[in-house]
Amino acid sequence: MPARASDPPPRDAPSIARRPLLAAAAGLGLSFALPALSARAARRRGAERPRSLLAIWLAGGPSQLETFDPHPGGPIGGPTRAIDTTMQGVRIAADYPRVAERLHRFAVVRSLVSKEGDHERGQYAVKTGYRPDPTAVHPALGAIAAHELPAAGLELPRFIALGGGEFPSRGGYLGPDYDPYRVFAPGEKGQNLVPRVTAARQSRRLDALGVLTRSFATGRAEAVRRTRHEQTVAEALTLMTSEQLSAFDLDGESAATRAAYGDTGFGRGCLVARRLVEVGVRSVEVTLPGFDTHAANFTGHASQAAVLDPALAALVDDLGDRDLLESTVVLVMGEFGRTPTINRLDGRDHWPHGFSCLLGGAGIAAGRVIGSTDPDGRARLPADPIAVADLTATVLAALGIDASREVTTAAGRPMKLSSGIPVPRLLDPDSSG
Amino acid sequence: MATATDRRQSIAARTLPVAAVASVVLLVMAAARPAMDGRPLAVDRGAAPSDAAADPTVAAVDAILAARRRANSVRAATPADDLTVLRRLWLALAGTIPSLEEIRRFEADAAPDRTARALRGLLADRRSAEALARRLASALVGDERGTFIVFRRDRFTSWLADQLAAHRPWDAVVRDMVAARGLWTDTPAVNFITQAATGKTVDAGKLAGRAARVFLGTRLDCAQCHDHPFAAWTQRDFEGLAACFAQARLSAVGVEDDARRVLRVTRTTAMAMPTTENAAEGETAVPPSVPFGVDWLGRGGTQRENLAAWLVHADNLRFDRAIANRMWAILFGRPWHEPVDDLPAPRVPADHARSAGVDDDPLDLLAADFRRHGRDLRRLIEVIAATEAFRMASDHPLLAAGADCDRVVDAWAAFPLSRLAPEQMIGAMVATTSLRTIDKDSHLLTRTVRFLRENDFLREYGRVQDGQGRGLPATVPQTLAQMNARLTRDLVEANATTATGRIAGMAAADPARVELAFLVALTRRPTPAERDAMLPVLGQASTKGRGMEDLMWALLNGPEFCWNH
Repeated sequence: MPARASDPPPRDAPSIARRPLLAAAAGLGLSFALPALSARAARRRGAERPRSLLAIWLAGGPSQLETFDPHPGGPIGGPTRAIDTTMQGVRIAADYPRVAERLHRFAVVRSLVSKEGDHERGQYAVKTGYRPDPTAVHPALGAIAAHELPAAGLELPRFIALGGGEFPSRGGYLGPDYDPYRVFAPGEKGQNLVPRVTAARQSRRLDALGVLTRSFATGRAEAVRRTRHEQTVAEALTLMTSEQLSAFDLDGESAATRAAYGDTGFGRGCLVARRLVEVGVRSVEVTLPGFDTHAANFTGHASQAAVLDPALAALVDDLGDRDLLESTVVLVMGEFGRTPTINRLDGRDHWPHGFSCLLGGAGIAAGRVIGSTDPDGRARLPADPIAVADLTATVLAALGIDASREVTTAAGRPMKLSSGIPVPRLLDPDSSG
Repeated sequence: MATATDRRQSIAARTLPVAAVASVVLLVMAAARPAMDGRPLAVDRGAAPSDAAADPTVAAVDAILAARRRANSVRAATPADDLTVLRRLWLALAGTIPSLEEIRRFEADAAPDRTARALRGLLADRRSAEALARRLASALVGDERGTFIVFRRDRFTSWLADQLAAHRPWDAVVRDMVAARGLWTDTPAVNFITQAATGKTVDAGKLAGRAARVFLGTRLDCAQCHDHPFAAWTQRDFEGLAACFAQARLSAVGVEDDARRVLRVTRTTAMAMPTTENAAEGETAVPPSVPFGVDWLGRGGTQRENLAAWLVHADNLRFDRAIANRMWAILFGRPWHEPVDDLPAPRVPADHARSAGVDDDPLDLLAADFRRHGRDLRRLIEVIAATEAFRMASDHPLLAAGADCDRVVDAWAAFPLSRLAPEQMIGAMVATTSLRTIDKDSHLLTRTVRFLRENDFLREYGRVQDGQGRGLPATVPQTLAQMNARLTRDLVEANATTATGRIAGMAAADPARVELAFLVALTRRPTPAERDAMLPVLGQASTKGRGMEDLMWALLNGPEFCWNH
C-alpha cells in the first residue's frame, strides 16, 4: 500500500529539559550512562551501516570533454589534454590528476542523455528523474533519500544542502519538510542557531508564544495546524540545542585535512559533508557552480578543476579511511554537458546528448565505463545511451530504495519515485544489462 | 497629510499618541525631532468611495462565490473586523502593517465606508506604488542574484513604481516594457529586456517565456523543446513568439533593434541564440509569429512594438485575466487559479444578466471590468477588495477538522491564511518595533548596518519564488532566522529609539503596555484571557524593558504575525 507522502516518519524531538541532564552525564565521563540517543546517531561502519547519499552537483553543465570524457587531438578536443587513470585504458582530462588516481572507486558513465537543455529544467530532470511537469513538483533525489531512509536519533535536518545553487533541490510533493536545510557558507558557524537570551527568559518567551499560538488557533484549528508553525518552531528549538551541531563546523579537523580538501567554499563543503554523513545525516548534497562556460570554456574549466579535483579526491580518501565509502552512495554530475563544437567565444554551449557522471560507493559496481561519445563530435547520440531518469533510479536502487514504488501525493495522485529503471551494469559487477 | 516631496521611505516613523500623561511628553519630544516624518496616509477627501452594494462587478463576483459555497455546502465566514481588513490592505499594498497612529486615525473615522477610504489613501500613497512595483517586478524580471542584475532590477522597479504612482494604464506600461529601447540607466524600462542579456546577445526564448507567463498567464515555455504535453502549444508556437524578440540586442547605446537579426533553430540542439550570421548547415530561420489572435498584431512598428500591441489588444482576454489573477493573489495571498502564471483558456466573457453558475470564473468578470475602465490597476484592486470574500474573517466553524477545512478553502468561504513574503515580514517587523525613520537623514552607518542585516535576514529567510503558493509552511531556517537573527534582536531590543523601549518606559500600568504591544504587532487589542496570560511575562522579567522585549519577541514569532489572515 503506497505510503502517504504527507506523513513523515516519526522522529525524536527531545525536550529542552533533557539537555542539562545529558550534558551533566557526559561531563562526568558517564558516557555509558547516556541513552542510545547520543551524539553519533550512526556508529557502525562498513557495509552493514545504513546507507547515505552524498551528491555533488556540478551546476551550469560541466563539459564532458574537459572532465571525464576528453577527446584530445581531434576536431572537438580543443587544447584539453588527457591523462591515464587507475582504470586500464581509461583517460580523463589532465586537470584532474588526483581524481585520476582514484577513478577506480567510481563507475564512469559517459553516455547520459537528457531531453532538457535549459539549466533549471535540466537540473530538475537530473535531480528528480522526471521532466518538469506543470501539475506536480517532483522531489529531488536527496529529498527522496531523506524520506525513505530512516534516521533514528538524528537531530539535524534529514536533508542538507551545502553551498549555493540557483535552483535548489526541493522536497516537491513530499512536502517542505523535505526541502533541504541550506548552508550557504560551509565551515562557518551555523546561521541563527543561538538564542540571544538566558534560558529562563527563553522559557518565558516560549510560554508566551504557546499562549499566542493557541489563541490564534481558536476557530481555525485545522488551518493553523496546516501552517505547521508550532512544529517548525519545535524543530528549530531541537536543532538549536543539539550536540550534533558540531558536525557543521570544522574546528575539530586538522589543518592537514582542511588543506587536502582545499581552502575553498566547495572544499569546505565537501569536508562538512563527510562530517554530516559520519554523524548520521542520510542525505547530503554539495553544489559547485560555475560550469556554464558559453565563453572561455577552457580557462573556465581549468579553474573549476583546481577546486573540484583536490576536494573530490580528499573526500573519497576520507570516506574510504573511515569505512564510510561502502555505505555511502557518491554521485558527481551536472545537468548536461557541453557541445563538441567550440563556439565563436571559445566556449561550449549546452549539450544534453551525451554527457558524463561519476557514480561510486555503496552498491555501485565501480571500476567500469559505460557508454562512449563520438571523438569527432558528429554523432547525434552516444553509444549505449543512459537516460538521466534511469541514472536516478540506479542511485535509488544503490541506496536500497525501490524506484518503482508508488507514493501518494497530497493531491491523491500516485507517483513512482523515479520514472526510470535502474541500470543493472552499474549495480552488479557480473551483470551485462 | 503626506507631503508630496517626501520620498523613498519604506519605514514610516510612528509616534505614540497615547492617553497617558507620560506619553504626551513623548509625543512632544517626538514632534520636535526634524527627521521624524509622521507620514500618515494621504486622506482621500473628495471622491466617493466605491459602494459594494451598487457596483455590478463586485455583486457579480459575490454571486459566483456564493454559488460555489452552496455547491460545497458551506456558509460564509462572518465579516472580519475592520482593523483586520485594514491590516490585510496594508500588507498587500504597502508591504507593512498600519502604525499605531494609523490605527487611531482609522478608529476615529466613524463612517461606515472607512475601509474603502483607507484603501484609497493607500493607493494614493507613493509607498503602495513602490510595494506593488516590487511584487510585480519579481514576476517581470525575476529574483536572481548577481550584483549587476540587482542594480538593473532596482532601476526597473523604481521606474515601475513611477508608472504606478502616475496612475498610468497597465497596457501602456506593458507596451513600454516590451518595446523599450535605450540605455538601461536612462530608460529603465529596457531592463525588462536586459534581464535576458548575456554580453551583447539577448535570449529571445527567455523573454518569450517570461512574457507569456506574466502577461498572458500561459506557460508557453513548456513547449520550448517539445510540443506541450497538455495544452495546445507546439514547439513552433514558442519559437515564433521568441522570434518576435529576435531583433533585440545590446549595443553601446543600450537596447536596440537590429533588423538583420533572426532566430534560427536546428533540429538537434536546443534553440540557439539569435544572430546576424549566415545560416549554418541544418539551421532554419524562424519568422516571428503569434500562437493565436493573428489579427491583433500591430503593424508598421518594430517587431517588439507589434508584439506589444498584440499582447495588450482589447480582444486578448488572456492579458486581462493574467493581471486579475495576480492582483487577486496580491490581495488574498493566494491566486484564484494556481499556479498564478498558468491559467485555463478564457471562455466567452460572462454575461452579468444571467444568474451565476458555479463554474463561472470571477476572473472573466474582473477582466471585463478592467478593460472597461481602461486597464486601471487601482480600480481592479478596489473591486477585489470590495468583494464579500475579501472582507470575510479567517476563522470558521468548519476549520476545526480536516475534510471540512478543504471544503471551506475550496469555496473561499473564509479568508485564507498565507505566509508573509520575506519583504513583508521585514516591513512588518520594522513597523512594529521602530519609532524612528531610517531615511536620508539617518546616519549612514545605521542605514548600512540595517541594509546588511536585512539582506542577511532575507538571504536566510529566502525568497518565495513566483508561482509557489503562499500556503507553504515556514522552513526551519526561516524560523531560526525569525527567532535568532541579529535583525530580530536589534528590532526587539528595548532602547530609546524602539517602540519596545518607549512602551516599557511609559508610566502607565502593565495592562496598557500589553494592549499597545498587541496593537502595534497584531493590529488588534488582546482578549482578556490573552492580557491576563501576558501580564506575568512583564511581571517576571528583571526590568520592564526586558519584559517588553520578551512579549514583543513572542508576538513577532507567533503564527498570527507571520501569516496573513
